[in-house]
Amino acid sequence: MRRGATLAVAIRVLSQLRRDPRTIALIIGVPWLLETLLEQLFAGRSEVFQHVGAPLLGTFPLVTMFLVTSITMLRERLSGTLERLMTLPLGKLDLLAGYGIAFALLAALQIAVVSAVTFGLLGLHTAGPQWLVAALAVANAVLGCALGLFVSAFAQTEFQAVQFMPAFVLPQILLCGLFVARDSMATWLRWISDALPLTYAYEALARAAADTLDGRFAADVGVVSGCVLLSLALGAATLRRRTP
Amino acid sequence: MTAVLVDELRVIRGKRVVLPELSCEVAAGRVTGLLGPSGSGKSTLIRSIVGVQRVAGGRVTVLGAPAGSKELRSRVGYMTQAPSVYRDLTVRENLRFFARVLDAPRGAAERAIEVVSLADHADAIVGRLSGGQLSRASLAVALLGGPDMLVLDEPTVGLDPVLRRDLWQLFHELAETGKTLLVSSHVMDEADRCDSLLLLREGRILAAATPAELKAQTGAEGLDDAFLRLIDEAGT
Repeated sequence: MRRGATLAVAIRVLSQLRRDPRTIALIIGVPWLLETLLEQLFAGRSEVFQHVGAPLLGTFPLVTMFLVTSITMLRERLSGTLERLMTLPLGKLDLLAGYGIAFALLAALQIAVVSAVTFGLLGLHTAGPQWLVAALAVANAVLGCALGLFVSAFAQTEFQAVQFMPAFVLPQILLCGLFVARDSMATWLRWISDALPLTYAYEALARAAADTLDGRFAADVGVVSGCVLLSLALGAATLRRRTP
Repeated sequence: MTAVLVDELRVIRGKRVVLPELSCEVAAGRVTGLLGPSGSGKSTLIRSIVGVQRVAGGRVTVLGAPAGSKELRSRVGYMTQAPSVYRDLTVRENLRFFARVLDAPRGAAERAIEVVSLADHADAIVGRLSGGQLSRASLAVALLGGPDMLVLDEPTVGLDPVLRRDLWQLFHELAETGKTLLVSSHVMDEADRCDSLLLLREGRILAAATPAELKAQTGAEGLDDAFLRLIDEAGT
């Protein structure tokens, strides 16, 4: 790995984002607006907001970064810039790490704002440390990046890439235990749920919020980290120097 | 001196055999034109030379090393057919990015911008440039870091005659400093500007000669005509 090349990619991705202030505004603005909406929606039953507020906070970055990464990588593939990069002294790891740094910074900004609003203004209370919820949200952002990178290899157009979001992410949100507790799911649904990375991300968030930092919590964090590494490896495998 | 040696190269894309069994050479320190109609396999050959094309057989050696090998990545400058620059960045930001990736010396980006006459547009967003300016921005990236060999896929498409003349002059200046250039084009009137030619048709080399040799060989006055006669000969 070359630090200069990694840094070059990160700076370039951030400059590209800077040229698109509307996207940044949406990425930063939508999560805290949705948290506010949720809090208002259950104004009479604040326990609902207290229950789902933290897990939701951790899920936004996954969705956002999944979309941003899959579209950016797809553009890179379609425009020929990836082909050009592959003829240059740039390692795949340099490229991935550069993207990772840029998007993690963006995710950190998103999470800082949504955390400030949710914990500060909306009064979300967690038994566990709030910084841990925020840290897990950043981990989820990286998971989103890794998954987005991987699926970008299977999209030929930006339309397809966008459709991968409901296809790839929504089932995970439905089955992660946020809407229906996993114990009360049909067995076959729980099996699917067992195989999805967001399930573990959600559980880790819920445990962090409830301050049950036990062995299960460590195992959940381990599974999420494993999924990040696995999808990064799969994503890296789709970056080929030689293409048909 | 041979810069590129292509030996029985076979490329299949999808179900189509694009290059059945192609062998050719590119001389070092000269401007070699790769000419042929679109769909003749020019880009595929070029992609094989820079090492991004998956090949089914044969060997491609560039500057003494297998095409696409690591040591060539800073020695070969490549300009893809579609302008491969970031459209949401300025010309300068693009050049600075690629210069950093190449670990090129300071000022390399500015020099490349000067060379392709884009200094007036250095701070313009690439996506808002005209087609010709866009392809010059892409060419500037290929020039970064002073590579020993330049592989340019249709660099002069859509440029006005003055710019085209200037670019061909630049190519020859680069060749005089010992660099090897392989330039593809589907416009036959550009063939006259090359030191030597590779004429490609349907994945086969129709002729490899200098423009003068080609005219003498076929008895044609123009290269367009020479090309047609060669096709007729090959057909009979």
